[in-house]
Amino acid sequence: MTMTDLELLLSGALLIALTLYVLTGGADFGAGVWSLFAAGPRATEQRRVIDRAIAPIWEANHVWLILVVTVLFTAFPAAFAVISTRLHIPLTLLLLGIVLRGSAFVFRTHDPDSDPYRAERHSAMRFWQWLFGLSSILSPIMLGIVIGAISSGRLDREAVGLTELFVRPWLAPWPLAVGGLSLALVTFLAAVYLTVEAADQDLKRVFRLKAAVSWGATILFGIITLALARREAPAIYQGLVHTGLGHVLIGFTALAAMASLVAVRTGRDRIARLAAAAVATGILWGWASVQYPYIVAPSLTLFDSAPPGTMGLLLASLFLGALLLFPSLYILYRLFKGSRVQDGPDT
Amino acid sequence: MSDLLAARAQMAMSLAFHIVFAAIGIAMPAMMTLAEWRWLRTKDDQYLLLAKRWAKGTAILFAVGAVSGTVLSFELGLLWPGFMEWSGPLIGPLFALEGFAFFAEAIFLGMYLYGWSRMGPWAHLTAGFIVTMSGIASALFVVTANAWMNVPVGFELADGQPVRIDPLAALRSPHAWHESFHMILAALAATGFLVAGIHAFLLLRRPGDRLHRHALGIALWVGGMAALLQPVSGHLLTQSVAHDQPAKLAAIEALFQTQAGAPFHLGGIPDEETGTVPYSIEIPHGLSLLLHADPNATVPGLDRTPRRDWPPVAVVHLSFQVMVAAGFVLAGLSLWCGWRWMKRTPLHEDATLLRSLVVAAPLGFLAIEAGWTVTEVGRQPWVVYQLMRTSEAVTPMPSLWVPLATFTLVYGFLALTVVWTMWRHIAGTAEHRRMESHAGP
Repeated sequence: MTMTDLELLLSGALLIALTLYVLTGGADFGAGVWSLFAAGPRATEQRRVIDRAIAPIWEANHVWLILVVTVLFTAFPAAFAVISTRLHIPLTLLLLGIVLRGSAFVFRTHDPDSDPYRAERHSAMRFWQWLFGLSSILSPIMLGIVIGAISSGRLDREAVGLTELFVRPWLAPWPLAVGGLSLALVTFLAAVYLTVEAADQDLKRVFRLKAAVSWGATILFGIITLALARREAPAIYQGLVHTGLGHVLIGFTALAAMASLVAVRTGRDRIARLAAAAVATGILWGWASVQYPYIVAPSLTLFDSAPPGTMGLLLASLFLGALLLFPSLYILYRLFKGSRVQDGPDT
Repeated sequence: MSDLLAARAQMAMSLAFHIVFAAIGIAMPAMMTLAEWRWLRTKDDQYLLLAKRWAKGTAILFAVGAVSGTVLSFELGLLWPGFMEWSGPLIGPLFALEGFAFFAEAIFLGMYLYGWSRMGPWAHLTAGFIVTMSGIASALFVVTANAWMNVPVGFELADGQPVRIDPLAALRSPHAWHESFHMILAALAATGFLVAGIHAFLLLRRPGDRLHRHALGIALWVGGMAALLQPVSGHLLTQSVAHDQPAKLAAIEALFQTQAGAPFHLGGIPDEETGTVPYSIEIPHGLSLLLHADPNATVPGLDRTPRRDWPPVAVVHLSFQVMVAAGFVLAGLSLWCGWRWMKRTPLHEDATLLRSLVVAAPLGFLAIEAGWTVTEVGRQPWVVYQLMRTSEAVTPMPSLWVPLATFTLVYGFLALTVVWTMWRHIAGTAEHRRMESHAGP
């Protein structure tokens, strides 16, 4: 295996791990957003569906992000150093969101004062509810901002001063638009997944409506992001709008988006789930392929990597790890997602 | 406050917070799995109830551990980008392996916590066993990465850059095994005695309660065995430190002058200016004897290390003494319990023993915090021993007191909430059971 193969395979692994994080962990954040905006006479039932859907799996889903970080710093240490230095502020905010979301969720769902839903009027419960929702909004926005900043080509620019070095690279229209797109996308994923998880038809209708609304937000932010790219991230715009590959990727994502909306509107929830996942995958892979070969444009490519000994060992561990991981994940998902289960978390 | 100091404080605070939950995350799954296994063997429902109660607490503690561990994996880059750029290719694969161990832990814990009615009893027990094993594997990989920072191996230097890299060498290093083994035992001992203390407290209030008797038994087996093995493990680790990091050892023992027949300083406050250890009890030839089994062996002192490369001697020495003292108290308690067990006199009827266990409950975690202070502060001023200074690794990001203050507030708030929630769980357990017994026929 040549060095180039190793670099391509490991950057592929990085992209797969990030995609799986968005599809699973991202949707858990989206579910948190819907928990915050649950309203109407059946708000409590909505929250119950959401909690039941994410409780057994959110910690496992979260590990994809840790895998992304470890592969990044092992295989592409120079890029990791630039990203974690220049994006210190949004990454710290992302972490705060992650910490507060996870803690608020367990404090709320494992409170010893019996049933958290009956106790919803208690101010402590309301506080955790609110914190869970707000941190679920913060994290995906920050993740999007980080991805936007990395891909906009501003990260490695020579600069002096606190603002120029540590604020400008991410507090700009394009990264903010990507942050908005990221939030819209995870709420869309969550709403579509929840249409499958909800037990009764009434709740399914509620989540289908939420799916349609967040579908609109995703399309809106997608268009804004693409339009802003023309000035703010010209390399990305060029790749998406003026190359054959870009047309194919945009076409695929647009088709998946149309299919997901039709499926949501006609109540084909499982097809909608598949199509929504395809939308997210299309956006991520579209970004990755026009960004290729850069990790941090315009100075660090995926060929600025660790020595071959490290890369080979990392690839071998990812391969062996995957052999254990995927069957385990399969068992987990089959236990809790396989069939519609009516009974609650029986701790 | 300088930015370097703020970065070090934030890292220290994040580690000190996470390590409590990480240690519990290793030992609690072991204990709840043991309780469930006892239930399957004895059909005593109190064991099942106990496994479920422990699982409930574990759910909260594991989640806080998982998110605070995520913070650490990012902070490696946020605070020490120079370190990660240099050593990422060397220790990165260890973190990738740790990632998979953590994956297994999270997946099977999800099954364990929420799958009571969806899996057969032995499948459920197996899930708990896998959680325990992957927790231990996680600790092994992470502590091995730390051991590498203390004793870097597996590469050659060319113009200050590592070449001919062998990332697996870290796993073969004896130092890594001594350090990992010491940490895993510490996690079992600290958690075992914390849980034993809580159930001893509840037994004092409800003498003879079967659930708490079972709980005390399991917690003391896990904690006591680990506490008895820990002095042996500590001794091996100290010898490894003496061999690989003489400056750290000299700071631990407050040995300023290289000498043959070096004394052991018990207690005392080392004074770096005068090179003395006021208020200490000196045991002549003690250190030479402990390290080399030879009362006249020569032990290198801090005078062999340039002054600018000394770790803060007083902090390291005192932390070490606190750790050892706490460890010996727990080992002594284990012997006491073992003696009662061999005499076949019920532990739970000895109120003095129960009260001692209540008082000793936090000692294991005190020892863990003190021990990590020895490891980390004792390595200073290096982040990678003798290769990269901590000051060379720090981020150029200014105003680092802002994230330090933010994380301190958030972690302080979370710590209070965890204690408050756990307290209500425990108090609720007592209350709930009182009502159960009143409702009886």
